[in-house]
Amino acid sequence: MNRIHTLFNTKKDRVLSIYFTAGFPKLEDTMPIMEAIQAGGADIIEVGVPYSDPVADGPTIQDSNMIALENGISLKKIFEQLAGFREKIHIPVVLMGYLNPIMQYGMEEFCKKCQEVGVDGLILPDLPMQQFIDDYKGLFEHYGLVNTFLISPQTSDKRIREIDENTSGFIYMVSSHSITGAKSGISEEQIAYFERVKAMNLKNPRLIGFGISDTETFTTASNYSNGAIIGSAFIKTVKDSKNLSEDIRDYIQSVMD
Amino acid sequence: MIKVDEKGFYGRFGGAYIPEMLHPNVEELRESYEAIMASGEFQDEFRGLLKDYVGRPTPLYFASRLSEKFGAKIYLKREDLCHTGAHKVNNTIGQIILAKKLGKKRIIAETGAGQHGVATATVCALMGMECTIYMGEIDIARQHPNVERMKILGATVVPATSGSKTLKDATNEAMRAWINNPVDTHYIIGSVVGPHPYPEMVARFQSVISEEIKWQLQEKEGTENPDIVIACVGGGSNAAGAFYHYYNTPDVRLVAAEAGGLGVNSGKTAATTAKGTPGILHGSKTILMQTEDGQVVEPHSISAGLDYPGIGPVHAHLFDVGRGEFVAVEDKDAMAAGIELSRLEGIIPAIESAHAIYALNLIEYSKDDVIVINLSGRGDKDLDTYIKWGGY
Ligand SMILES: Cc1ncc(COP(=O)(O)O)c(C=O)c1O
Repeated sequence: MNRIHTLFNTKKDRVLSIYFTAGFPKLEDTMPIMEAIQAGGADIIEVGVPYSDPVADGPTIQDSNMIALENGISLKKIFEQLAGFREKIHIPVVLMGYLNPIMQYGMEEFCKKCQEVGVDGLILPDLPMQQFIDDYKGLFEHYGLVNTFLISPQTSDKRIREIDENTSGFIYMVSSHSITGAKSGISEEQIAYFERVKAMNLKNPRLIGFGISDTETFTTASNYSNGAIIGSAFIKTVKDSKNLSEDIRDYIQSVMD
Repeated sequence: MIKVDEKGFYGRFGGAYIPEMLHPNVEELRESYEAIMASGEFQDEFRGLLKDYVGRPTPLYFASRLSEKFGAKIYLKREDLCHTGAHKVNNTIGQIILAKKLGKKRIIAETGAGQHGVATATVCALMGMECTIYMGEIDIARQHPNVERMKILGATVVPATSGSKTLKDATNEAMRAWINNPVDTHYIIGSVVGPHPYPEMVARFQSVISEEIKWQLQEKEGTENPDIVIACVGGGSNAAGAFYHYYNTPDVRLVAAEAGGLGVNSGKTAATTAKGTPGILHGSKTILMQTEDGQVVEPHSISAGLDYPGIGPVHAHLFDVGRGEFVAVEDKDAMAAGIELSRLEGIIPAIESAHAIYALNLIEYSKDDVIVINLSGRGDKDLDTYIKWGGY
């Protein structure tokens, strides 16, 4: 069974997923960061595949993407770094990235490689649902990869149902109309949206992301979903870190507290 | 047939590869733009403003001295005489009326040379709408007069400081701003790029160019069809407008002049079809300049309006099926052509448009051929570049 399904079968609450950018802050930090995320007690690792033009991302993740690319990261390099990671990492691992670098690598080759190294799922924010259904659904299934779509406060109920129907991992609820980047607090308007989606009783678990940064926002998000995703705030933690494993563990534990 | 399909594709190019956060906005446009554009009310307002505010129809001018020099019958479609100095305003007039009909209160746009930014700020002033323009930090420095024009018109100019700090990054910033303001804001894209329906919508607003060429040429030459139409291609909106009503008239050759920069193989070029490969840029599948790993490569052109790493999907398709002839014009040749046109016809062209003029040297034609060159803009904004270049 896919590790993502196994996870949500046993844990329904306060699931923590951590996004980081591969090859950042240093090219060879990818594996040490993954190990530290697991050691810190998070439930899912999202490996960000850097791209020159990340339109859904705020300055923090843009910068990490630029630096990682300057460091010499590429999809090819990421797969080299991930080779054999299952000897150390047992929690679910998801690759998150924009479509163009993956298209250049070749979608089938990419999926095959994901399965080979032990990746469980994919989040491709600029892959439209219809395109996925028409072209890639079978491919993902063939290689044992679950997919995750995003929804936002503007997404209609009808479309949320369609997305739920075509998702096999979890639904990524973007917390507000916003690009990525930690903001403080969660507004009443956001809570109303969380409640609206919760009341839809979707078949997939839901994780809330964008603007989750600390134990307070993590707890609020978890009250209305199965857990949350942290990206920008985590990138800030690793950016200036002198001791990655210690700082990552401390940060994750401060969030999960 | 050159025609967009229901999913927004021209052959294998196009589509709408956007994050879900943009889906409701883009879907709203897709569902409504055709009906709105077809309505009599929209057409009356659009046509009225094009006539009385923009100054259309723009002349189709027989350039006798240029014709003599090149040994063909050369007409210039004078988009440089549009209000604000370039074809860009045809699109912004259309989109601002559309935005009003959709109940939007704010406008955002990207700009490279500043021409689209000025054209957007202009129509926002005209309609009393709030306007924010995203512009790369580097372009802000090299197109300073246009920045001030936008400010005089009441727009806020926000520097794009990410990535390469030019047009591609300004476009990213505008898309991010749209994600952040999805309800009351309309994004006026400045070329035939972006997710469906933008490429087709912008092309239709610009198609007034070829619509006019047809009847004007009929009056002058007794035929609607020239032998050749030439236009420069950055994203490709003036070219799409000049080609639009000739897409499916195979007798009319369509020539697209891309920016060769310092030379197609110099590593400093914006000649997309020469150097690019299929991929996704700003929400559509098209041809773009990129590394093997799919990272977008920074282009170079002396003209900021052509300094873009991709082309609109319709042009990728014209290239793909061989319907368009694509040539690359280097910086130095475009500058020389700009000066030559100034001396021969008393018209100082935008450096973008000078690329289309120089293309005459790169294509084959015969003596009696009727050639229409789309003169997309005037050279006022480029005076600094002309002065620095010298050679006149
Ligand atoms: C005068 C002029 N021509 C051409 C262009 C290029 O745009 P497009 O390829 O969309 O016509 C610009 C863009 O700024 C311009 O100002």
